[in-house]
Amino acid sequence: MQRAGWKCSLSLVLVLGFILLTVVPLFAQQTPATDAAPSSTFPLIQAAFLTTPDPATSVHEKLAQLDKDVKAAQSSADNAWMLVSAALVLMMTGPGLALFYGGLVRRKNTLAIMMQSFALMALITVMWALVGYSLCFGGDGHFIGSLEHAFLRGVGAEPNPDYAGTIPQMTFMVYQLMFAIITPALITGATAERMKFSGTVLFLTLWFLVVYAPLAHMVWGKGGLLNASLGGKFPTLDFAGGTVVHISSGVSALVCALYLGKRTGYPKQPMPPHSLVLSFIGACLLWVGWFGFNAGSALAASSLATSAFVATHFAAAAAALSWSAAEWIKNGRASALGAISGAVAGLVAITPAAGFVGPMPALAIGLIAGAACYWMVTKVKAVFGYDDALDAFGVHGAGGTIGALLTGVFAQQVINPIFGAGKAVGGLDGHWGQVGNQLVAVLIAWAFALVGTFVLLKIVDLLTGIRVPEEHEIEGLDITQHGEEAYNLES
Amino acid sequence: MMKIEAIIQPSRFDSVKEALREIGIEGMTVTEVRGHGRQKGHTEVYRGREYTVDLLPKIKLEMVLPDALANRVVDTILKTAKTGKIGDGKIFLSRVEEAIRIRNEERGENAL
Repeated sequence: MQRAGWKCSLSLVLVLGFILLTVVPLFAQQTPATDAAPSSTFPLIQAAFLTTPDPATSVHEKLAQLDKDVKAAQSSADNAWMLVSAALVLMMTGPGLALFYGGLVRRKNTLAIMMQSFALMALITVMWALVGYSLCFGGDGHFIGSLEHAFLRGVGAEPNPDYAGTIPQMTFMVYQLMFAIITPALITGATAERMKFSGTVLFLTLWFLVVYAPLAHMVWGKGGLLNASLGGKFPTLDFAGGTVVHISSGVSALVCALYLGKRTGYPKQPMPPHSLVLSFIGACLLWVGWFGFNAGSALAASSLATSAFVATHFAAAAAALSWSAAEWIKNGRASALGAISGAVAGLVAITPAAGFVGPMPALAIGLIAGAACYWMVTKVKAVFGYDDALDAFGVHGAGGTIGALLTGVFAQQVINPIFGAGKAVGGLDGHWGQVGNQLVAVLIAWAFALVGTFVLLKIVDLLTGIRVPEEHEIEGLDITQHGEEAYNLES
Repeated sequence: MMKIEAIIQPSRFDSVKEALREIGIEGMTVTEVRGHGRQKGHTEVYRGREYTVDLLPKIKLEMVLPDALANRVVDTILKTAKTGKIGDGKIFLSRVEEAIRIRNEERGENAL
């Protein structure tokens, strides 16, 4: 009996020992595993049952943890795309726009126009950190933001759920900064070859504060007069900046061209582009960068971003074709400058619509914008005689206006149910009132840009002067404004 | 000594240079120039603005030669630079009083 009892307890110890030997390493492996790979769900749940005495609370805790981990994974994905997008949008200004404009001017003004874009990359960035971001996206005023985020106070790793709930607010902040850089840079296309560097810098800095910031807040900011989803009076559809970026810069460009007057010798003296090769490279960089601009405006690596990406690409292609076709019919030739100008016009026009329309409406918007902008820069400019040197108004003002209005026509809730599930968005959805809202936004943006720009030009004219003396204009801005030359052929 | 100035089509320049080397011409001065005679230019259109380009690119060759060589050179240029179309250019001949080689101050045909 005793022997049997001893044998029995020995086998019990052996069995227990065996169990311990197998289970303990299991614990040892799993405890660190939950820390090291929190997003892998299977061992998590297993561990929940194995390690804790009260399964019920533990499951809740673990599910909460799981929820947090899933959110963190989404945030990582969204953040990756948004950081890339921010870089793409910066690339649109430098080197994209700098090359596009740089090639269109005469060789003596190449560095001057490029330097204006580059100066804005630095200037607006600093302004943005001090007050710019806050004026655009702080508070919930109707017309302008607050100083809530001045000096980037409160802008950190936590998302701002009003704008982009899955990415750090700091990512949202730096992404929006890139828009604020390119918008004033677009205006330099109208002032090219005759505006003083000092005047340009002062004017565009003030313009960013007085015209861009309020308009950006009105359209995109919480509580803004024209905001579509955060309590605006006239809900305006502007996915990536048809009003905020293109109408504001394009219309201001027209005011600048009228205020400055024509370049000496215009239109009698020939002023052909000095290097369409530079412009060509610039336009292609703009096209690629625009994916960050439009698809990035989904503020997430979502299917909406894909939709906006596709719409952007299709509109650019369609507009390149329609501008080229118009030119071919008119002149008997399709030019390289025409094709790249058409693509840019299409990209401008699709900007407000990108996240609201499918591929077919995008093609339609592109076709219309390409032909319409061709007509603006060839016919309308000649009839009125203003010297919009590089067609900032003809492409951005006109293309932006067309795009903003057509967004009201083509926007669909299947693409983006911005007014709530099942609610019609644009005209073709049956909500023709949206075209009216778009028109109100277009008129406000036009009026704001017209008046703001005119007043600022007056002020800057008094402070630093606006236009270079005629002899400096003839000598070229590279030498007279910057003391250097783009092409030193002797060296 | 004769000076020959020939303004020719840029597209013919290589053939002319080659032919001149074959007949033993060792030196020449070449300039890229712009101009026009009876040849009309062309128009370029940039965003609807038309520019007439009437000063066309040409190549100018300059050579100073002993009198005996001048006619052969003129014949060679005529033969190789001609395309038969308006815009083929012109040849000008003029007398040269003196030639001096800077390195050793040789004068006259010896300096050529």
